[in-house]
Amino acid sequence: MRVGLFITCVNDTLYPRTGRAVVRLLERLGCTVDFPTAQTCCGQMHWNTGYGKRIEPMVAGFADTFAGYDAVVTPSGSCGAMIRDNHPRAAARAADPGLSARVAAVVPKVYDLTEFIVDVLGVTDVGAYFPHRVVYHPTCHSRRLLGLGDRPTALLREVRGLELVDLPGEEECCGFGGTFAVKNPDVSTAMGADKVRHAAGTGAEVLCAADNSCLMHIGGLMDRQRTGMRVVHLAEILASTAG
Amino acid sequence: MTSPPTFLGMPPFPEAARSAVSNPQLRHNLRKATHTIRDKRAHVVGELSDWAELRAAGAAIKDRTLRRLDEYLLAAEAAVAAAGGTVHWAADAAEANRIVADLVRATGETEVVKVKSMVTQEIGLNEALAAEGIRAYETDLAELIVQLGDDLPSHILVPAIHRNRAEIREIFVREMAEWGVPAPPGLSDEPAALAEAARRHLRERFLSAKVAVSGANFLVAETGTLVVVESEGNGRMCLTLPETLISVVGIEKVVPTWADLEVFLQLLPRSSTGERMNPYTSMWTGVTPGDGPRDFHLVLLDNGRTDVLADTTGRQALRCIRCSACLNVCPVYERTGGHAYGSVYPGPIGAILVPQLRGVATGKVDPQTASLPYASSLCGACYEVCPVAIDIPEVLVHLREQVVEGGGHRAERAAMRAAEWVFDDAKRLRTVQRVAARSRRLLPRRAPGPGAAWSDSRALPEVPAQSFRDWWVRERGAPPARPPAAPAQPPVEKNRIEEDDR
Repeated sequence: MRVGLFITCVNDTLYPRTGRAVVRLLERLGCTVDFPTAQTCCGQMHWNTGYGKRIEPMVAGFADTFAGYDAVVTPSGSCGAMIRDNHPRAAARAADPGLSARVAAVVPKVYDLTEFIVDVLGVTDVGAYFPHRVVYHPTCHSRRLLGLGDRPTALLREVRGLELVDLPGEEECCGFGGTFAVKNPDVSTAMGADKVRHAAGTGAEVLCAADNSCLMHIGGLMDRQRTGMRVVHLAEILASTAG
Repeated sequence: MTSPPTFLGMPPFPEAARSAVSNPQLRHNLRKATHTIRDKRAHVVGELSDWAELRAAGAAIKDRTLRRLDEYLLAAEAAVAAAGGTVHWAADAAEANRIVADLVRATGETEVVKVKSMVTQEIGLNEALAAEGIRAYETDLAELIVQLGDDLPSHILVPAIHRNRAEIREIFVREMAEWGVPAPPGLSDEPAALAEAARRHLRERFLSAKVAVSGANFLVAETGTLVVVESEGNGRMCLTLPETLISVVGIEKVVPTWADLEVFLQLLPRSSTGERMNPYTSMWTGVTPGDGPRDFHLVLLDNGRTDVLADTTGRQALRCIRCSACLNVCPVYERTGGHAYGSVYPGPIGAILVPQLRGVATGKVDPQTASLPYASSLCGACYEVCPVAIDIPEVLVHLREQVVEGGGHRAERAAMRAAEWVFDDAKRLRTVQRVAARSRRLLPRRAPGPGAAWSDSRALPEVPAQSFRDWWVRERGAPPARPPAAPAQPPVEKNRIEEDDR
């Protein structure tokens, strides 16, 4: 199976560790992994801010870059949801009449990392070791748009040494929301502060999620509030081993 | 008495939200109230095994009705007239207010009692009547609190949600005497005592009123029947005791048949108050000699709705049955309350309905209206909870496009263009990443310009020394990348997650 990694522009630029963890993890699970370097961005920021009519090159670029793979795996719930839900919508109104067909061909092969491991590889124990107390935050797009359900927690429960504790109000948005965090900073910060308070109240050392965008916001607040907690992408936990 | 406050002149949402977010009493009141209703709703919705089917049926009935709205409205008009009522058509708020004022004046009365009504709030009926020398008395408990407090509603179902019982007691003690029966001496802030004070105050009102004004939750086209669901019984008093009843109803409230109504009478109370059935369901059809009002008028209001109807994506906002479930579950509403939205329709539904009613597609709306589609993190909780499956995030994004097309914000437009230029070509992206990595020690810890809003409360992530792309190319070969013929050698495992290698 040829697995194409869609690492996302945010991970590529700001969180390369997550991408390296995904590579390490998937190769450990026996996959042949490729990172097609023609990839850039899914267009989510433009789409969600009202510039959706400008993303045709990004949508076409994604469809063409990943056309030849058996599966496309991404470690970002919101980017995965953007491709699955909105690339077909964007393609339907594009100037390029053939784009819809190319998008339709690639979209069913796009998996969130946890979907790919659990549903395609049929694995929940990935052989990881992470001796820490952890809360999992199911980001809105992972939970509601991708419908990841209990896949992430099923994977976490198999990690040796890891103590998974429930996060109160886990279904509530952390307040990132892309440009929402900049356009409505006060509300965004208030939402994030409540998320941090809930997480800190559990006594966990680590908050993990399947999307670095939300983690950037939550982690940025934790840093300023000196909570002593840190954020780690789910992929990095699953990739870590006892050696 | 001072003139009542209005939503006119409210600042854009981010600005209005700032003071709300920093008000701990408001935050506490909102959190407590929304979470209580949210939990009740989740419990009673969970009791129904066919909720998903009911929800789909509700959406389908509304969609079908909206597609043939003209036919159903004409059928409703004919049925109301046949039952002895009079139908008036109002294109906008001014016309509706004039019709109601003329009808009240024709009775010779200068006072009306009101059933809680979103649509009369939307058109500012109370203020318009006051300008004509007619005093309108709200009889819903929460609306009464808002009216006595010289305040604005902040929730669709619970207009006084932003008030706690101590504040309500204070308003009753201070204001009730000015409006009628005063608050009893020594009034406590116990809910039962407050309810009793309101009951005594309102009783006199019901028994003396000759004219009532209502809205309606539904208008059944086949019989011309109007429906109001409520919890307190004040609505039924208003609908049955006066001699003249004037109902102002938005044109989207029509449902074709009683069989359709059955679906909504299951969806609405569970979504709205978290009850299996609402305590009072009142239905009235024209006039019946010796029973209820002798004169009945229905004012059918457009006020921007046909413009919403014309937008095939935005149209779904007209499915709304005003249950307010989206408000109660919205993390943004929970932190700001309703006033920040600058409209009688706050929360997620307000953020998609109000800009459309005010004509956002024309590109000529005020900054406050243009800020509403952005008053959401697009978390999707509102769509999940909506009993008629309005895809609120989809409409929000659709309206954001209309704001952008209407001019948008210059600096943002430039930033988006720059990002497009980078993202349309992987080589450019790699170049930008390298420049950022090379200058990363020079980047400030606090961002300038619009980014300051981020770094005031949140630490910025540090730019790593090497992008993933650069790592991949160095480790796995130069571009263009081809899939390796055999599985690559796994890299050396570290015995825990990688240390910060920046």
